[in-house]
Amino acid sequence: MSQQQQEKNRSAAADFRQGLQDGIAICIGYLAVSFAFGIQAHETGLTAVQAAAMSFLNVTSAGQFSALELIFRQASLMELALLQLVVNLRYLLMSTALSQKFAPQASLLQRLGTAYGVTDEIFTLSVLRPGTLTAAYSAGIIGISVFGWVAGTALGAGAGQILPERLVSALGIAIYGMFLAIILPESRKNRPVLIVVLCAMVISALMQVIPFLAVISSGFRIIIVTLLVAGVAAAISPVPPEPTDGGAA
Amino acid sequence: MNRVYLYIFVMAAVTYAIRVLPILLIRRKITSPFLRSFLYYMPYATLAAMTFPAILSAAGGLIPSLAGFVVAVILGLRGKSLPVVAIAATAAALIVSFL
Repeated sequence: MSQQQQEKNRSAAADFRQGLQDGIAICIGYLAVSFAFGIQAHETGLTAVQAAAMSFLNVTSAGQFSALELIFRQASLMELALLQLVVNLRYLLMSTALSQKFAPQASLLQRLGTAYGVTDEIFTLSVLRPGTLTAAYSAGIIGISVFGWVAGTALGAGAGQILPERLVSALGIAIYGMFLAIILPESRKNRPVLIVVLCAMVISALMQVIPFLAVISSGFRIIIVTLLVAGVAAAISPVPPEPTDGGAA
Repeated sequence: MNRVYLYIFVMAAVTYAIRVLPILLIRRKITSPFLRSFLYYMPYATLAAMTFPAILSAAGGLIPSLAGFVVAVILGLRGKSLPVVAIAATAAALIVSFL
């Protein structure tokens, strides 16, 4: 093995270890939330294997939680696909940002693999990492995070019943705590975002209270609120172009 | 039961397409101000609509759920990390359920 090759392997190993290290916190957080997901999936009627398969193939908290209700009432595949599209469309933004982080010679396999692990948390740590994104780093952070996500799901679905009922009930709020932790920091800094969040919450609540709107299923309710609120916000208060655009209109 | 796997595969296909297409296709920045702004606001609108009012019944009864909601809002506004907020909200709901 040439010395150059050895150095390359060593830095790949270091990147992989760094990815694992960064992923530990994510893994712990995912264990708690996916445990709650596993319990809920079990209550919906999924087996532990089905729940774990869903977690392994999707790796998306909001998407998976929202899908359970649709699966439970045997909704159409089109509604499920549309809901996933809207609920997970934020990954489109994240992947767009990440596409700027690859070295020009990044392999197709690296791009396909990195795309698999685009979640709020993995994306945030990956995009904040200085320099280009390496396959070894992504393998480390995605590997340990997905392990936590799938293991927690299987435990929750398979052994959630042995937990005290009060704890199982309380765990139901974990996912919403995570959602609030994603949206609130930006709401505090950015007034239009705060207004978007408040309007979305109020309209979502109203749509469940007003009789003729309450018949709309939760999936389509979220889609309608999103298109309405984000569309109006984008029209009224467009975000300024990024400084790197050079101001060319 | 096989239908469950059909649901899972449809979800996975849509979700992976969203994640992979920009990485494979977009090599330049999106320039449409409306589209950029819509994509920027969208996650906040979606997550907010998913959270409320569902969170009010997420932890069983209204009172434990409300306790978890309040704790999550306070810690979220302070910029605490996702697992910290999730676990604290769960703990608050659990503690209040014993009162």
